[in-house]
Amino acid sequence: MEYSNSKLKEEKVFKDPVHRYIHVRDLVIWDLIGTKEFQRLRRIRQLGTTYLTFHGAEHSRFTHSLGVYEIVRRIVDDVFAERPEWNKEDRLLSLCAALLHDVGHGPFSHSFEKVFHLDHEAFTKEIILGETEINAVLSKVHKGFPKQVAEVIGKTHENKLVVSLISSQIDADRMDYLQRDAYFTGVSYGHFDMERLLRVMRPREDQVVFKQSGMHAVEDYIMSRYQMYWQVYFHPVTRSAEVLLTKILHRAKELNQQNYPFTYPPLHFYSIFQEKYILADYLKLDEAVMLYYFQVWQEEKDPVLSDLCRRFVNRDLFKYVEFDPAKEYRKHSELEALFKKAGIDPEYYLVFDSSSDLPYDFYRPGEEEERLPIYLLMNTGELRELSRESDIVDAISGKRRTDHKLYFPADLLTDDSSKRNIKRQIRSILEI
Amino acid sequence: MLKEHAKLMGVFAACGEVIGRKKLQKMIYIAKKISFPFQEKFEFHFYGPYSEELTLRVEELCNMEFIDEVREKKGGYYQYRYTLTTEGEAFLEHAAVDIPCLRETVAEMNNQSARFLELVSTVLYFDTLTKEEVAEKIFTLKRKQRYTEEEIQEAYTYIEKLKNNLQ
Repeated sequence: MEYSNSKLKEEKVFKDPVHRYIHVRDLVIWDLIGTKEFQRLRRIRQLGTTYLTFHGAEHSRFTHSLGVYEIVRRIVDDVFAERPEWNKEDRLLSLCAALLHDVGHGPFSHSFEKVFHLDHEAFTKEIILGETEINAVLSKVHKGFPKQVAEVIGKTHENKLVVSLISSQIDADRMDYLQRDAYFTGVSYGHFDMERLLRVMRPREDQVVFKQSGMHAVEDYIMSRYQMYWQVYFHPVTRSAEVLLTKILHRAKELNQQNYPFTYPPLHFYSIFQEKYILADYLKLDEAVMLYYFQVWQEEKDPVLSDLCRRFVNRDLFKYVEFDPAKEYRKHSELEALFKKAGIDPEYYLVFDSSSDLPYDFYRPGEEEERLPIYLLMNTGELRELSRESDIVDAISGKRRTDHKLYFPADLLTDDSSKRNIKRQIRSILEI
Repeated sequence: MLKEHAKLMGVFAACGEVIGRKKLQKMIYIAKKISFPFQEKFEFHFYGPYSEELTLRVEELCNMEFIDEVREKKGGYYQYRYTLTTEGEAFLEHAAVDIPCLRETVAEMNNQSARFLELVSTVLYFDTLTKEEVAEKIFTLKRKQRYTEEEIQEAYTYIEKLKNNLQ
């Protein structure tokens, strides 16, 4: 039997708190799960620093990737299997792309990518096409298969229906992470009727669409997404932890450029600091390694690096105030000057943060061909954009909500043992 | 503070008015690809390179009233027009962000159609492929736009022109 069709003698199952069971019959999928590049995802948290706000949020990209695979498996095996618009030959491609869609993520990847100007999608592509165990498994299917999987994940594959299963405004990726993140954070938002959504999905040439009768299930999903963004993903305390993390990485990079004599040299970061992106080095970096450095750098002589690491390790985060940049940008310049006078480097200790810096998005109705929207399949056979039919979706997709905060170490500003008057001025401006 | 926002405001200042969100997306992507220091992350979407970060920044600029957005009905769809406000001009002066050659480059792109810029940005997205492979990608991924070989060649010529103007 061809490798692409080979099945395990007995179905393997992973117990999962969100989907109950994740079922694996295909040998290719089983082999991919066993590769070292996929196992690495166990050591990368799905929600980065969110565990410092919601202590349960320790789940990994490994569990999420299995979840996305399981949702796609159910779509292609149960929902699409007998539909004439679905080509069964795309089944394995869809499953592999679902399983591997996050394989290029680095540790605390949002901050990490921002500081080092990296793109996890480029690493995903390199892991799939390079000399890796994953590539060896995929190449056994056929020579061109790794490229096809990489193109689906990169959204440049010609089969847009398969792409939309993994990446669209209502895809298996979001369906899994919303439910999984809700479960592990313990919040009551994020739940929706996925069974119903799967039942009303229909394959079309360019994307998945939803039967008109399932509109309320889609509305429920959009509302969950909206609530999760504001309650979990944009949480100001999580953002404070991200701010610290970003500043630690900036500081370490800067010290390295200045040839600072590290007591604990950043061996794992050298190629990244020099912007030489070597896949083998990247794969060695995971969150356990990063946290090791943060732990030992508390003992570095550089006061900024050691202080920032101490804060991160002990969750002594920066405090924040709401900040309206349009009205208060001059105030920011004034604060920067006062921080310098107080001997507190504003580059590291006065941080402005906007919601546009975060890697999450809202539903967009796709006006002016920006993004492909969610379409409802009407009883007449016509396709209608969701917000044109749903008042609820129309109400929240038209609202523009943005958020800006200013982060600072309140303890340093209330320590009156030095520069008392300047710190008093700062506190007065910040109204703390 | 707001350095990335200020760079975008510089684009609106240079163009006077940008008509269309799609056009704006493609202009910033092309500018980034030919080495202007925009930090927004782009991914390939149904209509070519798209950045959610850019969309959010534009929304923030609207909320801050640094740019003005006008939504107008155009036949069966809506179109958006963007201009810098007086408050935006004042902030831009305060931010003092100066990117050499950006003004001329974006003003030039603003004279092109959104359809052509979509093609140019797609050609740039696949810049690691050969010309033949790029053409094949465009004919399959963008078959509904019905781009011709001549248009693809025009896109290459245009990219060269933009790059030459920077030298």
